[in-house]
Amino acid sequence: MTLGTLIVRNLRRHTFRVTLTAFGIATVILAFNLIVTTVRAWYAGVEASVPNRLISRHAASLSIHLPLAYRDRIATLDGVTGVTYANWFGGVYRDAKGFFPQFAVEPASFLDLHAELSVTEEERQAFLSDRRGCVIGHRLAALYGWKVGDVIALKGTIYPGDWEFVVRGVYRGADAATDETWMLLRWDYMNERRQQIDPDRAGTVGWYVIRIADPSLAGSVSRSVDAEFANSTAETRTETEQAFQAGFVAMSGAIIGALKLLAIVLNGVTLLVLANTLVMAVRERTKELAVLRTLGFRPRHLTALVTGEALLIAGLGSALGIAITIPATYIFGALVAAKLGNFFQHLTLYSSTLLLSASVTLCIAVCAAAFPIMTILRDKIAEGLRHAG
Amino acid sequence: MNQPVVEFQRVFKSYFRGEQEIPVLKDFCLSVPQGQFLAIMGPSGSGKTTILNLVAGLDRPTQGTIHAAGIAVSQQGEADLARWRARHIGFVFQFYNLIPVLTAAENVELPLLLSKLARRERFKHVQAALGLVGLSDRIHHYPRQLSGGQEQRVGIARAIVSDPTILLADEPTGNLDRSAAQAIMALLTRLHQELNKTILMVTHDPQAADYAQEILHFDKGKVD
Repeated sequence: MTLGTLIVRNLRRHTFRVTLTAFGIATVILAFNLIVTTVRAWYAGVEASVPNRLISRHAASLSIHLPLAYRDRIATLDGVTGVTYANWFGGVYRDAKGFFPQFAVEPASFLDLHAELSVTEEERQAFLSDRRGCVIGHRLAALYGWKVGDVIALKGTIYPGDWEFVVRGVYRGADAATDETWMLLRWDYMNERRQQIDPDRAGTVGWYVIRIADPSLAGSVSRSVDAEFANSTAETRTETEQAFQAGFVAMSGAIIGALKLLAIVLNGVTLLVLANTLVMAVRERTKELAVLRTLGFRPRHLTALVTGEALLIAGLGSALGIAITIPATYIFGALVAAKLGNFFQHLTLYSSTLLLSASVTLCIAVCAAAFPIMTILRDKIAEGLRHAG
Repeated sequence: MNQPVVEFQRVFKSYFRGEQEIPVLKDFCLSVPQGQFLAIMGPSGSGKTTILNLVAGLDRPTQGTIHAAGIAVSQQGEADLARWRARHIGFVFQFYNLIPVLTAAENVELPLLLSKLARRERFKHVQAALGLVGLSDRIHHYPRQLSGGQEQRVGIARAIVSDPTILLADEPTGNLDRSAAQAIMALLTRLHQELNKTILMVTHDPQAADYAQEILHFDKGKVD
């Protein structure tokens, strides 16, 4: 027999209570994991950003465009190894739920600067040679069942009218963080139609993507770009791609903050549920614990007994919670997709999220054990032996 | 003359109920030589159990010094006392106080978990202790599967398994019928005679006290 034997036997005294507690913890872990997964989905763009890319946009607002002529001037600046540009297209497929990111791009340079979007050479050439062509992400293609050669009809919101694009390629992301729900269409095709419907904005771009020789040059190149266009009619604001993405996330800061707070509250619930169970268990065994102390068990032994019990319950709850989380995330993802369309491109359950939830729960178990341990060690042995419970 | 293994020197012990002081021991002195079987008798609430608790370091005197098994018990810290208890004190309780989720063997093994003995060695000691109390055939039984007398014998096996210097028995027959009580007292007598154990037994049963070498009558905090 070991102390572990006693811990397990003690837990088996009240299997129903332990099971309920473990289910309570599992439920909290499920909710915690879904929240963390949602928050991480929000930050997916930030995590996927490449350190040697800068984004330059209009200093006043992203909705104000920049002249196309800036491209050549940016390309000549020290530290710049490539420049491309893009516009937000903003079309919808069928209805408002059929939303996914669409970018009007200069195809060759955009694909060159975004090596993480992997297309075959054949698909690339097909995209370059067809003004109505487009390249779509693998997940987007899977979502709507699109394949190369299909025609995608979009209804323009920023650029009104019906638009049709032919799928010329399906890209795959270089890693799990790469967004595979983009649609890349050709800027020249969009600009041609724009000259007819919105001639004032023809020949302008939403933002520039700048590749730099070394990520350490990000600060100096950003300042050079902004200095180049200072005091012009279209001043720029240049920042790293990560900062640019983080700016979008910050727009939802209140919601994200609330979700993070909720995650903390949930952990507080775990602490209370577990502490309550342990306090009850220890109170019922006051006399037995006093007997153990009479036999010579030291404070560290009693600490090990109670902490071991807490860790075992938390471990059971964590295992159960993780087991539930995996299918639940898929269901949650499907429900979110049904309600919000493609709002979250990366509702992905990472193993690090599961590890985080289990680790936090085990840390909480140790904290929860502190309450009854303090009570045990504070009580006098002689009083414990007189306990009637 | 044997050296005293337990010695109370002018010990006072009071409990407090709010502001009210309730004296239990008043200028109490006691000297128990090695190998003695002493019965302490007295009415309920006279302070008998307090004496045992003080010997074992489960409680502390209000004033005075207590020496037992080579140390000044009243001056030790909690962790040191626990270590000392594991080595020198065996405690037999009136209500047995076995752990209900452990078998007889596992209950007896509990004090040995604090030693450095290997599992196999521990089991040998457990078998020997349960054999000594006549329960070799009950080692895998849980307390609920044993009679009161058998439970108390497991309690005694647990108390002696680590070969303690002093055996403290708090009303060991108080919860047993007459025949079971006689068997338990015969067992304690045997432990005293064959193993030369020092035994301090608290009881209010004169028949149980008759098994002891010496009887101390105690009332209202003082020896009668």
